[in-house]
Amino acid sequence: MDYFKLVILAVVAAVAAVGANWAHDLAYQVHAILIMTVASGLFVWVLRGIDEPKPVAETGYADGVIRAGVIATAFWGVTGFLVGTYIAFQLAFPELNFEWAQPFGNFGRLRPLHTSAVIFAFGGNALICTSFYVVQRTSAVRLFGGNLSWFVFWGYQLFIVLAATGYLLGATQSKEYAEPEWYIDIWLTIIWLSYLVVFMGTIIRRREKHIYVANWFYLSFIITVAMLHVVNNLSIPVSFWGSKSVQVFAGVQDAMTQWWYGHNAVGFFLTAGFLGMMYYFVPKQANRPVYSYKLSIIHFWSLIFLYIWAGPHHLHYTALPDWAATLGMVFSIVLWMPSWGGMINGLMTLQGAGDKLRTDPILRMFVLSLGFYGMSTFEGPMMSIRAVNSLSHYTDWTIGHVHSGALGWNGMITFGALYFLTPRLWGRAQMYSMSAINWHFWLATIGIVLYASSMWVTGIMEGLMWREVDDQGFLVNSFADTVAAKFPMYVVRGTGGILYLTGALIMVWNMWKTIRGAKPATAPLPTNATPAE
Amino acid sequence: MSDRKKDHVTGTETTGHSWDGIEELNTPLPRWWLWTLYLTIIWGIGYTIAYPAWPMVSGATSGVLGWSTRANVATDITAHEAKNADLVTALLAADMDTLPADADLNRYAKARGGAVFRAHCSQCHGSGAAGAKGYPNLLDDDWLWGGQMADIEYTVRHGIRNEQDADARYSQMPAFGEMLSKGEVAAVVEHVVSLSNTEYDANLAGTGAEVFANNCAACHGETGTGNRDMGAPDLSDAIWLYGGDKASLTDTVVNARFGVMPAWGARLTEADVRAVAAYVHALGGGE
Repeated sequence: MDYFKLVILAVVAAVAAVGANWAHDLAYQVHAILIMTVASGLFVWVLRGIDEPKPVAETGYADGVIRAGVIATAFWGVTGFLVGTYIAFQLAFPELNFEWAQPFGNFGRLRPLHTSAVIFAFGGNALICTSFYVVQRTSAVRLFGGNLSWFVFWGYQLFIVLAATGYLLGATQSKEYAEPEWYIDIWLTIIWLSYLVVFMGTIIRRREKHIYVANWFYLSFIITVAMLHVVNNLSIPVSFWGSKSVQVFAGVQDAMTQWWYGHNAVGFFLTAGFLGMMYYFVPKQANRPVYSYKLSIIHFWSLIFLYIWAGPHHLHYTALPDWAATLGMVFSIVLWMPSWGGMINGLMTLQGAGDKLRTDPILRMFVLSLGFYGMSTFEGPMMSIRAVNSLSHYTDWTIGHVHSGALGWNGMITFGALYFLTPRLWGRAQMYSMSAINWHFWLATIGIVLYASSMWVTGIMEGLMWREVDDQGFLVNSFADTVAAKFPMYVVRGTGGILYLTGALIMVWNMWKTIRGAKPATAPLPTNATPAE
Repeated sequence: MSDRKKDHVTGTETTGHSWDGIEELNTPLPRWWLWTLYLTIIWGIGYTIAYPAWPMVSGATSGVLGWSTRANVATDITAHEAKNADLVTALLAADMDTLPADADLNRYAKARGGAVFRAHCSQCHGSGAAGAKGYPNLLDDDWLWGGQMADIEYTVRHGIRNEQDADARYSQMPAFGEMLSKGEVAAVVEHVVSLSNTEYDANLAGTGAEVFANNCAACHGETGTGNRDMGAPDLSDAIWLYGGDKASLTDTVVNARFGVMPAWGARLTEADVRAVAAYVHALGGGE
């Protein structure tokens, strides 16, 4: 096995070396050097380990990879929020696109860095590490596949680094949320299928009779994302030695495929996956049974059936035929109740635990996240209505909608999960400071409110300004007029970002103090906390 | 595993399963939730009957309302065109020089021209038409190629120094960096400064006056007041397209400037060209 690994690593390093030499563009060259370095480093590491005594195979839950995931989630979260806050101010003050930082520090290159960092790096790591935690606990069995989970973790980090550096160096296929170029897509496919093997294998070997609802959601997320990722990234590289590729689909078919992907990235990555998180951490933290088993079944199947059709509402009033837009809109509206099923099941689980809301800031975070989930899953169907969309489309309202979901729902539930996991994974009684969690809660809440409300105001304002015509049918405002009018709201939005970022920094400090500070309260740490491929 | 028990808070039975201590209540679906779901489904079916929705073998159902985004836009446009038809005819037939005298037509032309300007011209000249470095201010009465209605219309139609239109306004200032010494450039810059500014080095400007007479006066005139036939700017009015400080002036003399404007005659309708000329003429500087 070790010799097999050595051969693979040697081949990868050699091909990457050739790639670095023959590269057609800078991004490809930098990536080839990076891959060469990683592969040769691992080669030496494996070589040194040959004929060394193997550590005894561990039993019990595999928590090392989850600890690493918790740290990665916090790290990428702060990175993503920082870039997001910066580009928010770039929009308010274009001078922040510094001349000396061109082209790398340009808004156009930083923006996908922000979206990918928060969705895929922060959200993705949160989903992977919580799913590993939840599937082991609710299946009462160790993770399947030995060190394969470590491969998933480190491989995913490499994917993030390749994607992020690629954006800055100008390698993008210009598809929103699917920007990484072909070789990064192939790598992610390998990682994702390995993730599926680990997760599915663990479920198959479970010692509980039934599969817990959280795992249905996680599994649907993993399978659907694999499908979406592969289909939307079908492309032909211009050269094996360059980053550029050409999409297989063209025109409106390409647009439809892109938003089928884009909307279901929201639906399965940011909704189904995070509902999996919700179904474990909320009942755990509240110490109450899940409100309704029936509701969880019905809303799960209706959610995953309906979501996949809702994509065309991103293409109202475009080259997309009316019939497709109608179906996208109808499915989006029928999706309203299935989405709310998750919120009801979460909130009603707190029956009999209401008094804890006063004393437990972590539980309060979960409640707030469910509140924002409910709000944005109502706002979404509403914005998919053609008449509403004709006002809201292309405006900042959409940005506000996405962020009330992302900051409110995904962000808050992840923070809550991190506060839940950190003391348990590092064997501490509780977080270092409960009042710091309280501070985080309020800073983040005020930040989200500033963000969402400023984007509603500016979005509706610019929508109205764009469509304003005089009595003879002529447009009244120029585009630049609408940009100028948005300035104060952009500053408010950036301020909201600073508050949210500050809250996250307090969380990182709190995690650091928890992990580093107090003595372990219970059993000693497992020994193999080092990465192994 | 499968031992159902009553939850003491709600009085509801659990399903009897437990995962890592998490149990599930056997609560029925909330009524309002289920009925709202049914309602949205029924509404959805109705909506897909009313509007274009279901793909068939060839084409899709068109819906009983006969609704179509493209047809709706076409109807809107036709309605406005019908409403304004007389005014358009009048605008196309109008003598541009007397257009401002016809109040109704002038109002229409300015509204239409304003919309054209905001869509096509504001990117360079600014949404308020105040211009920017390299892009002339259209609010003042300092015109490079003439400020009468016909001049403006010609500039809009054919553009300036572009390659699409053979009739584009054209002139080219030489890059004097290749012809004059550094000292001569500094002197002529000082002279140009002296034309509109009270603070200058009189000695140097005196030398520069000679350089100016020999090299610049042919286009910019003996006194530097410019020549609209050649698009040669007036250098005596303290209005600067590329900056009036010495560094900018030196740059202009050494490297010359070559501002380009597209020919809009090929991209706008005839009525739009006339309308935007009327709009710009009325901004404040029209002659």
